[in-house]
Amino acid sequence: MEFLPTLWFVIIAYLWTGYLLLEGFDLGVGMLMKLFARNNDERRVLLNTVGPVWDGNEVWLITAGAATFAAFPLWYASLFSTLYLPLLAVLIGLIFRAVAFEYRGKVDSAAWRNRWDWAIALGSFVSAFGVGAALALTTTGLPINANGDREGGPFSWFSGYALLGGSGVVLFCLVHAAAFLVLKTDGDIRLRARRLLLTWLPVGLLPMAAWAIVVHLDGGKLVTWLTLGAAVAGAVFAWRMASRQRDGLSFTGMAVFLAGGTATIFTAAFPVVLPSTISEAFDLTVTNASSSDYTLTVMSVVGLVGLPSVLVYQGWTYWVFRRRVSSGSIPQAHSVTAQ
Amino acid sequence: MEALELARWQFGITTVYHFLMVPLTISLGLVVAVMQTMWVRTGKAQYLRMTKFWGKLFLINFIMGVATGLVQEFQFGMAWSEYSRFVGDVFGAPLAMESLLAFFVESTFLGLWIFGWDRLPKKLHLATIWSAALASIMSAYFILAANSWMQHPVGVEMVDGRPVLNDIWAVLTNSTLLVAFPHTIFGAFSVAGGFLLGISWYHLWKRRKDGIDMVDDGGKVLVGDVKATGRDAADHHVWLRSLRIGAVVAVVSFAGVAITGDMQAKLMFEQQPMKMAAAEAACHDGTGFSVLSVGNLGSQNCDDIVAVVEVPGMLSFMANGDFNTEVQGVNSLLPEYQEKFGTHLPDNPIYGERAGSKIDYVPVMEVTYWGFRIMITFGAIAAAAAAAALYVTRKGTVPQSKWLMRLAVFGILAPFGANSAGWIFTEMGRQPFVVAPNPDPNGIDNVFMFTAAAISPGVSAGELLTSMIAFTTVYGVLLVVEVKMLFTYVRGGVPSAMPELLADAKHPHDDGDGTDGDGKDKDDVLAFAY
Ligand code: HDD
Ligand code: HEM
Ligand code: HEM
Repeated sequence: MEFLPTLWFVIIAYLWTGYLLLEGFDLGVGMLMKLFARNNDERRVLLNTVGPVWDGNEVWLITAGAATFAAFPLWYASLFSTLYLPLLAVLIGLIFRAVAFEYRGKVDSAAWRNRWDWAIALGSFVSAFGVGAALALTTTGLPINANGDREGGPFSWFSGYALLGGSGVVLFCLVHAAAFLVLKTDGDIRLRARRLLLTWLPVGLLPMAAWAIVVHLDGGKLVTWLTLGAAVAGAVFAWRMASRQRDGLSFTGMAVFLAGGTATIFTAAFPVVLPSTISEAFDLTVTNASSSDYTLTVMSVVGLVGLPSVLVYQGWTYWVFRRRVSSGSIPQAHSVTAQ
Repeated sequence: MEALELARWQFGITTVYHFLMVPLTISLGLVVAVMQTMWVRTGKAQYLRMTKFWGKLFLINFIMGVATGLVQEFQFGMAWSEYSRFVGDVFGAPLAMESLLAFFVESTFLGLWIFGWDRLPKKLHLATIWSAALASIMSAYFILAANSWMQHPVGVEMVDGRPVLNDIWAVLTNSTLLVAFPHTIFGAFSVAGGFLLGISWYHLWKRRKDGIDMVDDGGKVLVGDVKATGRDAADHHVWLRSLRIGAVVAVVSFAGVAITGDMQAKLMFEQQPMKMAAAEAACHDGTGFSVLSVGNLGSQNCDDIVAVVEVPGMLSFMANGDFNTEVQGVNSLLPEYQEKFGTHLPDNPIYGERAGSKIDYVPVMEVTYWGFRIMITFGAIAAAAAAAALYVTRKGTVPQSKWLMRLAVFGILAPFGANSAGWIFTEMGRQPFVVAPNPDPNGIDNVFMFTAAAISPGVSAGELLTSMIAFTTVYGVLLVVEVKMLFTYVRGGVPSAMPELLADAKHPHDDGDGTDGDGKDKDDVLAFAY
């Protein structure tokens, strides 16, 4: 086991966890725009709970991708080219979502808003599903040959695990968004969000837990028993705390569930980063897919500076915008007219 | 079309599109930061209004840059997996640095800026826009480091047929980068210059047309004041200041691109002589710079091309700084390239169906020749127009002519065109290489990659076609939406970003004294942007 590639494997697992923890709730809130909010005021409440932070959250994804490119170019190349079409869907989803956040309120017309609401909801759904599918497949295997290229055509990546991972992340995002809204809103929305959380938490976390168990059964180690246990405990704790209206603790429980889950998945998969379903000899591992020690050393220095500071200023952002949002705090929309 | 052609078209389309947003984001971000600084320092209402108005346009544009940037990041792995494998050890590092050190700062602090108007103390709030603006310049640096490495690979050694990084400092101080970075940044600022100039011109013109501002017989400008619609005297200051800032920025940035461009050209004559020969459609060695060449530029037969107007000695000056050193043309470069890198692609499966086919070392000359000239001409026109605008508006407003106004608005496009042309020239001039060989005397000239070897072997032409259609359609639709949105907000003037200026607004309050911008109800949780 080499130190630097292992370190970077841990950093990438950490980036994905950060991505799902943070963007998880804004993807969920995006889907809830259509599933939960009842009128325009409520939609604006939802939007404004994530307004200041969603873009910063999305950079976790960009960084996870770029860090994979820098530290494990062969993993990056094989995973992204093999999953060409699903990633295309993710990109289109994210494009619409981003643009919709910014443009939705810029024209005062119900039809205009409705169109962008759909863009946010569908964009969030598609990207959550696609990211989940991609992550599941990189832990369960893809049909890649000796060169790391896909065999068998544009859809040969498909397997039940894609559905498991996709629905796992989508449902996690929905539950997570409910836990987030309970913390961030007030009034009626908050009560309804809590009901949503209590009803859906036990069901919504199952697919992700199942995915963790699948990977664990395949490559589990002693520690993954512990992380898996932590994940389950986190979920139970989140549920109990939600019913006692201890919202901060309930959200923390969700975070523990997620961290436990991703830790289980990545640790169980280690040292393979992308198994080949064609032959074990073609598996990409932390050693055969990684960059040189020199590059990894350079990147470690950058990460040492970059990663902690991201935590500090993003943490500060959440603190600045810590107050709850409710329908009462939504000002009137204004329309822009030519002078 | 084959997969390779499709992948190249897709990369070209999505990147040129991304770079429509990028220069405006880079330059307008900093301009808004300066405007807000002026407001914080002087407390004058006009600066607050400028900050809010231009800030709004900045955001409308910014989001499209974010959305299209994501595609760029993913595309290397999706469509160019062989490329990613080949260069990964070097190329991923600047990309990851860009994300970790720049994108995080940019997006987080911009969120703070948008929503922080009432929540953060004034100076802290000002710091957020500065952080975001500087981070976007930093992101440009890192991505250009990656791109410059493709133009001129440094800091690596070959191990098992792949370049392995051994000197990151060399990559971050690549000679190509050190000139491409200022050139690109100045190019970006010429976009902001034209943008400020054109839009402000329109508003000054509209104020005159609506009879608000007048010019008396002595040429003195009488500024009108219609408070109810937000078109008061401060409004006039907003547009006049913005116009003059824009014009100065445009002139200065043209000087910047010209100086750095000249340095780039000298470097390119050394590093990629074929690109520069193609930029000149110069077949034979010589010293003259062609102003107009006719004939079939696309033809591989150089004798078809005749230079009609030439500036004697100019080419030699661009390349060497004197007027009489011969610069190599295509005809004498071709055998050199063929000798070094072969006449045919090797019989390696990596080249797919192209293995064994003849290598075409001459880039498409129509593109390089005209790309180079469009870049310079559009930039120069914009700068000359800006200088003229400074003169015309010296007394305090614009002429009543509708045509001049239209010209000023239309002129916004010129610097965009120059930027796209510059990139298309740079990137297509590098062909047939995706990583061009480094010809420095002690360079590592065995590090190169043909574009034909770079695409993902496992990805089918059908997938590429699907994605190309998807991106082009989505981008086309979004371009229409963005432009429509920009038009709406531009026409709305300052009140589009500050509805509180209008008399019938919900929270009327006058910021005429400029001391209190958004003195709204402090119970507002956020200064809602959404
Ligand atoms: C010279 C400048 C420049 C160039 C050549 C490029 N970009 Fe860019 N990019 C920017 C300058 C920029 C920027 C000004 O920093 C943007 C525009 C809007 C923004 O948020 O940042 C940006 C956004 C942006 C984003 C979104 C960041 C976010 O969410 O905040 C990504 C992922 C990329 N870019 C990636 C790329 C890649 C992979 C490129 C190469 C093909 C590329 N860009 C060319
Ligand atoms: C944003 C400004 C840029 C523009 C407008 C631009 C434009 C283009 C165009 C038009 C092509 C197609 C050339 C051809 O196929 O003949 C191309 C290719 C390419 N460029 Fe750029 N480019 C830009 C920046 C970059 C950067 C920053 C990178 C790398 C970091 C890059 C990497 C590539 C790659 C990998 C290809 C594909 C191979 C090829 O077709 O040459 N480009 N670019
Ligand atoms: C006297 C004027 C100019 C000269 C001599 C000049 C020269 C050059 C040269 C030689 C290149 C190619 C560099 C390469 O292949 O790597 C280039 C690229 C480029 N130019 Fe210019 N240029 C001029 C004006 C402009 C203007 C006015 C703009 C935009 C407003 C502009 C924007 C660009 C861009 C975006 C690129 C591609 C990025 C890069 O390689 O830096 N240029 N220019």
